[in-house]
Amino acid sequence: MSNDLQFSLDGVSVCFEKGETIMQAAQRAGIYLPHLCFHPDFSAHGSCRVCIVHLQGKTVAACTQPAESNQVVQSNTPELQKARLRLIQLLFAEGNHYCPTCETSGNCQLQALAYDLGMTHYHYDPFMPERQTDGSHPDLFIDRDRCIQCDLCGRASAEYDGKAIYTLSGRGQNTQLVFRSPSGLLGDTNAGADDRAAHICPVGCILPKTGNYQEPIGTRLYDHHPIHDIGNLRKEERGGSS
Amino acid sequence: MNRRVVIDPVTRVEGHGKVTLLVDENNQINEARLHIVEFRGFEKFIQGRPFWELPLVVQRLCGICPVSHHLAAAKAIDQIVGVDQLTEGALALRKLMHFGQVLQSHALHFFHLAAPDLVFGFDSDIARRNIVALIQNHQTLALQGVRIRKFGQQIIEAVSGKRIHGIAAVPGGMNAPLSADKITPFKAQVDDIIEWCEATIATIKTLFLSHRDYHEAFGATESNFMALSGEKGQLELYHGDLRIIDRRGNEIRRQPSDQYRALLSEQVKSWSYMKFPYLSHLTPETGWYRVGPLARINVCRYIDTPRAERCRQDFVSTLGAPAHSPLAYHWARMIEALHCAEAIKNLLHNPALLSNDLLGQGTRQQQGIGVIEAPRGTLIHHYEINGQDQVTMANLIVSTTNNNQAMNESIRKVAQQHLTGKELTPELLNLIEVVIRAYDPCLSCATHAAGKMPLRLELQTSDGKIHSALQRNSDGRLHNAG
Repeated sequence: MSNDLQFSLDGVSVCFEKGETIMQAAQRAGIYLPHLCFHPDFSAHGSCRVCIVHLQGKTVAACTQPAESNQVVQSNTPELQKARLRLIQLLFAEGNHYCPTCETSGNCQLQALAYDLGMTHYHYDPFMPERQTDGSHPDLFIDRDRCIQCDLCGRASAEYDGKAIYTLSGRGQNTQLVFRSPSGLLGDTNAGADDRAAHICPVGCILPKTGNYQEPIGTRLYDHHPIHDIGNLRKEERGGSS
Repeated sequence: MNRRVVIDPVTRVEGHGKVTLLVDENNQINEARLHIVEFRGFEKFIQGRPFWELPLVVQRLCGICPVSHHLAAAKAIDQIVGVDQLTEGALALRKLMHFGQVLQSHALHFFHLAAPDLVFGFDSDIARRNIVALIQNHQTLALQGVRIRKFGQQIIEAVSGKRIHGIAAVPGGMNAPLSADKITPFKAQVDDIIEWCEATIATIKTLFLSHRDYHEAFGATESNFMALSGEKGQLELYHGDLRIIDRRGNEIRRQPSDQYRALLSEQVKSWSYMKFPYLSHLTPETGWYRVGPLARINVCRYIDTPRAERCRQDFVSTLGAPAHSPLAYHWARMIEALHCAEAIKNLLHNPALLSNDLLGQGTRQQQGIGVIEAPRGTLIHHYEINGQDQVTMANLIVSTTNNNQAMNESIRKVAQQHLTGKELTPELLNLIEVVIRAYDPCLSCATHAAGKMPLRLELQTSDGKIHSALQRNSDGRLHNAG
């Protein structure tokens, strides 16, 4: 690796390889940049905007911005942390995220980021949407009111499972998770409970129908460790991070 | 012209209520109405949710007895996943947390809410009739109460991860066993808890008998009683048949608890969100009944822990069977607390608490009915689901609802006994609160701010005009607000 392939991230010199984004380089260097829609195994989406950084006068998404030599990147600033907090609060207001009864509580990346960014209230008036739930699949239950439209399930389904079942449809606040089947029901697709797409959701939108609430309080991913320490983990990914 | 007397809100009960006394031209009370004006909507908004969420969602009904709602829902969804028989470990864990629940709730009610009335007297200064004054003047009793409650809460926390609104019961079982290191501290404390509960029963008996005639007659009204009953008629808090006795103590119905619909009907009245259940084979006027500690002690034939059984026998030999005085609820409540403490001690030595065999399996059903004895009485959860595992119907008959008519009857009795002329007095207001409090109603299923909440007494004519009003402010001072 050439010494020329370096940039500055919050004053720390970070090496990168050609073609890498700021997020990929930061992850390889062990630096946590807050994010929700990014996953190292899949193409970048750039939709949640939680990974925004300052780059020489511009605000860009670290997951889509190519790393370049001698860039000066700022991430951990009060202004950006405040902006991330507002983005998280918008997501809470846009869906129905009731942590006290959600089975993903303690393992939820949205909740973990909210704690990490010091969220104490919604800030924005909640939309309180009433989107269609889908229990048609024998092994999976879909709660669209918890979807944050990160499209990780769509990318996992298309890029890893080779099925392209999950996708987003609609525009603006009418955007929602849909399934490619004549009826629109997940139960009418060939989705499997073992598909990567069924286990990639960072929140509590795609749920298994068995084994719910099996993890006691105190043993869940973020019960004792903040997300900036252990990363955007999923239950199936304990031991690794993204 | 008829007059209407309104007490709003009622204090030192769980949540807020409002009382209206309907008085005729001769100043006779012809009806008492305890209004329940909060609307929760749980039965509606859980529709569409996946059934396995039920124990987590419905326990949010209450901050005092969430474990009871958690377990009633869990018993219902056990049936939905086709599990008729829990594993020994799961059953032991559920019973342990339930005994902890009943113990802590009874301790909260007796020591924090009711004891100030009983110890200082119903007519004592309202400003010092509270738990703080109890601690100052009867430190040993008050601190024992605090510790009994804490013990129960810690039991709940050990099993479910939190003292309030934890996660424990899952479809067909429990999610985790206890560990030996969690059990050890409880073994060291439980004998003290048992001693303190028994000593408190002796205190209640002394207080009750100190003005026996007054206490026995206070708000007394004869009724039927309903409670779960064990196979041999023993006191049962977790699972059993629904047994109903009449006002003389004769068994009039005994059926499996999932057949509650054959036993009970519900009447709706325009002035309250709380329904009025009654025995289906009788009329609403004759078929109302009472639940809760007094009902359970009246309904059971014995208690299967020795100290509580001795205390029950003493209770029965003193007050007769069945006992009807609302104030006897306090006595019965602490007998149950003692039973819970003894039962917890027995369970702490049960190795099943450490078992990892916690989940049963069965064939999916479309409905489940969970019935449990919550601290305040029989609690019924009934759910139906569709083929997509979503809740389509929920019917919750909570303990306080079962006591709805009974509370109205006792209020009417107290008002008849103590309303003199046209004068609305703070003393009458206090006495009505005392008799409501005996039932330990959970009016909004919310946590409670102990002490001096504002209280307004109104005298209304039948056309709705306020004739006069007396208000008690949060600092305890009274002023004429008419």
